[in-house]
Amino acid sequence: MPFALTAERDKQVEALLARYPNTRAALIPVLWVCQRQHGWISPEVIDWVAQRLDLSTASVKGVVTFYTMFFDKPVGEHVIWVCRTLSCDLRGGKAIQEHLEKRLGCHAGGTSADGKFSLMKAECLAACGQAPMVQIDDDYHENLTVESLDRILDSVTSASVTSASVTSASVTSASVGSTPAQEA
Amino acid sequence: MGADLEPILSSRYGVTDSHRLAVAERHGAYATARKALTTMQPAAITEEVKKASLRGRGGAGFPAGIKWGFINAKPGDDIYLVVNGDESEPGTFKDRTILNLDPHRLIEGALITCYAIGAHTAYIYIRGEFAHAIAILDAALEEARAKGYVGAHPFGKNYPIEIFTHSGAGAYICGEETALLNSLEGRRGEPRLKPPFPAIKGAFGMPTIVNNVETISAVPDIIQMGGEAWCNLSRLALRDGGVRLYGVSGHVKKPGVYEAPVGITMRELIDVYGGGMLHDDRPLKAVIPGGSSTPVLRPDRMVDAPAEDHPLHEWHGKSEIDVPMGVDTYRALGTMLGTCCATVMDSSVNMVDVARNLMRFYRHESCGQCTPCREGSGWLQNTLEEICEGRGQPEDVALLVDIANNMMGNTICAFAEGTAMPMLGLVRQFLEEFVEVAAKGLPEGYRHDDSTRAAVETNEVTS
Repeated sequence: MPFALTAERDKQVEALLARYPNTRAALIPVLWVCQRQHGWISPEVIDWVAQRLDLSTASVKGVVTFYTMFFDKPVGEHVIWVCRTLSCDLRGGKAIQEHLEKRLGCHAGGTSADGKFSLMKAECLAACGQAPMVQIDDDYHENLTVESLDRILDSVTSASVTSASVTSASVTSASVGSTPAQEA
Repeated sequence: MGADLEPILSSRYGVTDSHRLAVAERHGAYATARKALTTMQPAAITEEVKKASLRGRGGAGFPAGIKWGFINAKPGDDIYLVVNGDESEPGTFKDRTILNLDPHRLIEGALITCYAIGAHTAYIYIRGEFAHAIAILDAALEEARAKGYVGAHPFGKNYPIEIFTHSGAGAYICGEETALLNSLEGRRGEPRLKPPFPAIKGAFGMPTIVNNVETISAVPDIIQMGGEAWCNLSRLALRDGGVRLYGVSGHVKKPGVYEAPVGITMRELIDVYGGGMLHDDRPLKAVIPGGSSTPVLRPDRMVDAPAEDHPLHEWHGKSEIDVPMGVDTYRALGTMLGTCCATVMDSSVNMVDVARNLMRFYRHESCGQCTPCREGSGWLQNTLEEICEGRGQPEDVALLVDIANNMMGNTICAFAEGTAMPMLGLVRQFLEEFVEVAAKGLPEGYRHDDSTRAAVETNEVTS
């Protein structure tokens, strides 16, 4: 089925195009708009974006495949990125990943059988002072233990109907700063 | 010591709703931008930043004021300011605090910098994972636009300035300034050949200054206090000025981001700011000083600088972690200050396993343009995997060194050096451990990784 953005989201594309001296520069922001609507970057999305920005499909695909956050295949309802890099590893990141694999029944790179969660390994997500951590969709969850992670997953599962519609634009100050700001 | 200093860069972090313009303004935001745009000449601003000895906070430590001076625009050129908020060097998590807790400091710094370098447009490039930070900054920019601080007449001055955020989408290499510019222009994040440097030909082929988030956020205080006064906050004043954000993670009691003068020692960062080692019975074994690309330090290694003209002579015979943390002092030590965010490791850690962890990262993140980097990072990782699993050969340690040496200097950007330098540093500092693991593999407890993963009952979707 051919892809098209909703009228409201297409207005966002117009606003994005106005930010740059050429249309190509809007490519990554426009791909984000598409992925937020469609869930992943399908071949139809690539065709639509290429036409909208007057680029070749090959060059759009080249960009999509370069960046880890663009999904070139469908993913679960929620995506969990578990950080595996050094600071998280030093504070128990492996145990977090192993627990996720057992609970979801899939390895990193896979999707749970119920389609609720995709599990991805992430390289350093810049929350090293709050290690170990995972990112679930747009949210960072930090200073994790296996128990706190389970509580978070339970709440994501039970709230998935409403949280799926939350966009980053609706962020409030509640999400700001779990970092100790300065010396105590 | 240090812990009782009045915060400057992070002065609004503790203020409730500090990301709201009205709140930030009540606590001093935008007063300096107003003064700079309405009463100062652009060249005078750059002069203050030069006097401040503000060394770039993104990792390379280049003096910001001197960089600004490289702009040499022709008539008709559009000059751009690009702010690097990619923050993806492993171990680094300081810029996120500015973006989340004080976006108006960054916007104010960008306004002043645009005016100083002759730019009318700034792009703030932020890694895609920071979706919340981008939303916060977008909301802050909306407020600044509504107030008229960003737009056609900032503070009544006939000098239009527009500032936009630009989201990345997951790629470490986009922190490299020319890869970042390609990403900004809607391309794969592959670094460009230099020269030309961005100041001559950067974003959209135009003269461009690329500065880190923290660098730009320091500008308002420099202009408000005067470059010299700000510079003198540092313990290494004149060459490396001011205050900065330090990060500390890993095996410490209080990991986090702390503001302190330039030039505190690593020992202070760990013991005073970081609250000391996490486990009292596990002493400090090694510390990566400023992101994973900076070669590792060890506390039992002493500074060897007997010659009186050696830049580190003052610290001859002292531990490496007692040398003040500065761009030049750390270079003399054979490492780099990098992003000033330390990763602390205690005696339970095996350094070959650390090397494997980091080389997995570099292999994954190499953009693949240059053969020595693409192949070298993979070869380093493969060799380390073999060594760690007990399939190594004694000569593999020399192989690691050989591969790393052949990556250096043979590629478009500094990624290969950023891979090879920590690899060589680890082998140099912990040679015996590498030789031992190459002969026998990692100790038993370290091999749980793959065996426990194999025990996962798989019922994943396979499509």
